Amino acid sequence: MADPMKIRAALNGDVVEVKALMAHPMETGLRKGSDGKLVPAHYIETVKVACNGREVLSADWGPAVSKNPFLALRFKGGKAGDKVSITWTDSAGESRTDEVAIG
Amino acid sequence: MAIGNRGWALWLSALLAIAGGSLAAIGWSQDSAQDPVAEYRAMMGDDNPAVFAEDRGKELWNTAQAGGKTLAATCDLGLGVGKTRGAYAALPRYFKDTGKVQDLEARVVTCLSRLGADTATLVGKRFGDGSESELESLTAYLVEQSRGVPMAVALSHPQERKAYDLGKAIFYYRAGTHDFSCATCHSQAGKRIRLQMLPDLATPEGARAAYTTWPAYRISQGEVRTMEWRLADCFRQQRLPELEYGSPAAVALTMFLAKSADGGVLAAPGLKR
Ligand code: HEC
Repeated sequence: MADPMKIRAALNGDVVEVKALMAHPMETGLRKGSDGKLVPAHYIETVKVACNGREVLSADWGPAVSKNPFLALRFKGGKAGDKVSITWTDSAGESRTDEVAIG
Repeated sequence: MAIGNRGWALWLSALLAIAGGSLAAIGWSQDSAQDPVAEYRAMMGDDNPAVFAEDRGKELWNTAQAGGKTLAATCDLGLGVGKTRGAYAALPRYFKDTGKVQDLEARVVTCLSRLGADTATLVGKRFGDGSESELESLTAYLVEQSRGVPMAVALSHPQERKAYDLGKAIFYYRAGTHDFSCATCHSQAGKRIRLQMLPDLATPEGARAAYTTWPAYRISQGEVRTMEWRLADCFRQQRLPELEYGSPAAVALTMFLAKSADGGVLAAPGLKR
């Protein structure tokens, strides 16, 4: 199981600023390990961000995104205390959801 | 070949002019070389993926090892058993129980080996295959425990003084196929290699800026790297024999840099290219 995401969500005027760090190897499938063998591809394919269940971002990612990705976004319409949840799903079929209250 | 020396020289200057022109056009001057990384840091703000290593290190520190004991209950980093806050800012230091000057990494290895951990394997792989070991996680956590604390290495014990002197001697010692010393690359302001600014480690400002931001998460490697890793990689760039992990040379150089950074406020783990 992947480590929990680190998410911050802060209200700035009427804009919610979200910053998230995800722990993920993001293996491209093109890299060789110290044993000389290809390390199998393993990367996040989709990321969804929701505020109190309402989708505010949906993204398709791929192997070009770095290891331990960082995502920042802004959206309007959230208020303090609302729950921002982030879900990623990867090429191995694993997925993880974490959420945080807007502060 | 019919082309004479003069012809080559003309060719060469034409090529240099093209290279110079295009470099200037995209704004890669000597001093703006670091800007992309600075921008990257600004974008990340307080977020640094090293936090995942810190979390794993904290868990390891508090988890019972093979012998049933935890590092938290047995390991003295210089301020007393289990005391972590500010400990890194006073390292390296002389430890009575080992009779040696040790930096954080060497000390962590001592503590782990006392709990029965296989430290030979740990130390053997440290600069190697790119995956995070206990050493990276533990140093990330322990260094983070000194965030905001000014560097204050005492140099009160004669062995500490000796380590400092040795480290300084190594810093200025020219050797290897290129006849370089650390100082060749690190004692002038505003110089760079490729696009990397070369920190001037011979000034207190330069030493502070560098020392207080290591260990660091290396964006290009997606891993936390330790101070000794940084030194070992510069040994490689200098074409010196491989730096041995926890060796007197590694600890001495760390001591020299740590003392040179005296008063610098720790901000590690940092975020590096
Ligand atoms: C051939 C030139 C060269 C030599 C010789 C060299 N280094 Fe470096 N050093 C570099 C480069 C280049 C970087 C920055 C790398 C980067 O940005 O990825 C660096 C980075 C560093 C840093 C980290 C600075 C920071 O702010 O992150 C330290 C500390 C350091 N070197 C110490 C040493 C020591 C000690 C020696 C002697 C054993 C040494 N270097 C020898 C080229 C050199």
